[in-house]
Amino acid sequence: MNMKKIIVLLFAIAPFLLMAQKKDLQKTIFEVDGVCGMCKARIEKTAFGLKGVKTATWDIPSHQFQVLYDANKVSIEDIHASIANAGHDTPLATAPDEVYENLPLCCLYERKKKVE
Amino acid sequence: MSDKWSTGLYVHGNQRTLSTDRNKDGFLDLPLTRQVNLFNRWQYTNATKGWVSFASFRFLDDQKQTGSIDFDQKTDRGLTKEWGSQIDTKRFDASLKIGYVFPLLTYQSFGFQAAFNSHDQNAYYGLRQYDIKHDSFFGNLLFNSILGNTKNKFKTGINIAWDRYEEVVDGGLYQRTDQVVGAFFEYTYDSLEKWNLVAGIRIDRHNNLGTFLTPRFHARYTPWERSALRFSFGQGRKAANIFAENQTFFATNRTIQVQSNEGSIYGLRPEKAWNYGLSFRQGYTLFNKQGDLTLDYYRTQFQDQVVVDWETARYIRFYNLEGKSYANSFQLEVDYAPFKYTSFRFAYKNYQVKTDYLDGLKQKPLQPEHRFFANGEYNNVTPEGNGWRADLTYHFVGEQRLPSNPRDGVNSNSNAYGLWNAQITRVFSPRFEVYLGSENLTNEKQLNPVINVDQPFGRDFDASLVYAPVFGSMVYAGLRFNLN
Repeated sequence: MNMKKIIVLLFAIAPFLLMAQKKDLQKTIFEVDGVCGMCKARIEKTAFGLKGVKTATWDIPSHQFQVLYDANKVSIEDIHASIANAGHDTPLATAPDEVYENLPLCCLYERKKKVE
Repeated sequence: MSDKWSTGLYVHGNQRTLSTDRNKDGFLDLPLTRQVNLFNRWQYTNATKGWVSFASFRFLDDQKQTGSIDFDQKTDRGLTKEWGSQIDTKRFDASLKIGYVFPLLTYQSFGFQAAFNSHDQNAYYGLRQYDIKHDSFFGNLLFNSILGNTKNKFKTGINIAWDRYEEVVDGGLYQRTDQVVGAFFEYTYDSLEKWNLVAGIRIDRHNNLGTFLTPRFHARYTPWERSALRFSFGQGRKAANIFAENQTFFATNRTIQVQSNEGSIYGLRPEKAWNYGLSFRQGYTLFNKQGDLTLDYYRTQFQDQVVVDWETARYIRFYNLEGKSYANSFQLEVDYAPFKYTSFRFAYKNYQVKTDYLDGLKQKPLQPEHRFFANGEYNNVTPEGNGWRADLTYHFVGEQRLPSNPRDGVNSNSNAYGLWNAQITRVFSPRFEVYLGSENLTNEKQLNPVINVDQPFGRDFDASLVYAPVFGSMVYAGLRFNLN
């Protein structure tokens, strides 16, 4: 492959890379209840399991969850719901009791919400 | 300069003009030196727009003179009256880096790098001469982004490089220009828990090495808590710069023989090797105290290599490998802090660097197979900056194989030896401390470092076979003041 071909190839792929931006990208931060490194892996893996989630980070000390997602593919309610379904309460969704109770001992955060 | 621009200019110079000959061998103990360094750096940062860039320029002028204490470089060069050596180096480096991070998409970025270096070295060692002028230009353009989400990242880019070498070796001229254009793609997978993988491939088109693919793979696995298992493999190719990489032979009167086979670099084929590695690390708690244990094993297996052969007295030969050549390294390291203020580190290293020379498979000369390191440290300095700091270090260097020579004979090995270093510091405050230390406490030294030292212009003169310290114990003491 010569220099010319490599440059042509780079220009050929550039539109695809730029097209990737023509999406409804949203960045949000909200609190997710949890305790430890195992919680972090569970929360982030759950978010990454959703199509349209680009990046997700849960900070252990502050419990802040930061997510960047494509609103054309996934809604913010879906993100809250799936994290709650994995056992972690969020401001918009509450984990089912049986899922919460099955978390490993070290992950049992103190629940703020009374489940009705 | 402003919230976006900053710059710095650094100037440094040093000089050593005092001739010393403590061991009374008629030669300078330490080279006479003169060095000037100029460094200028610029930085532009615009965090809101996502741009960052650096530019830097460096200039170095270095002179070193060594050899006989009576050697006068003005009158004695080129004569066989006194042996002397001088190395003059002038170097200029310029580099530019530009980075751009996309707004919102912090995982997506562009990077551009360019560098120019010019190295001009003129040297003589007795009657031998080695001049090298090496100019090089390097540039690359990188793009980082993700595939779907940030568990799957990739990096791709193109690079170009141009190198021009002009060498004069004992009057013989060697010239070469290397040009390479390449492209690469690297994929990184992070499972967020146990696995981390990096797989990369690059293609290069090189005027002297040909067109070739280079794979690279790296994996990290966490089988259980406080542990990490790593595995890697890859391939490498390189043009061996035989003179620049083996400059110690100029400190001998060995005759150079390059056994050409019509290859593209000094008449030799380029080097090609596979490398593999495995590493395991485990944190542990013993009697309630923390420690760390690390095991490493790496292997490089040459498919083609430029063999540097010192095996025959009076000659240094360069030829392409016929047979096998490998370098295995194994290391075991244990860290432990058994008491308050006290920590220990022990390491054992094993190097088997073996090559098929013209007369058979042998360990690389002056390469110890066994090495051991132990260090103990005591530190009770309080956060306010008051207390004692002390450490004691032991290095063991195993036998080293010596190529046959008039001093050591045939099939000889150096003796193993150990070196002790110690230092003790009394810290009075964060601003003031006093220290006392010693290097090579047991006065370990090699008695005849230079072969045929009294006949520096004879064929058997050889100052390259040094395997132990040349100087004995050293004691030092000092004060440290911090004005901040």
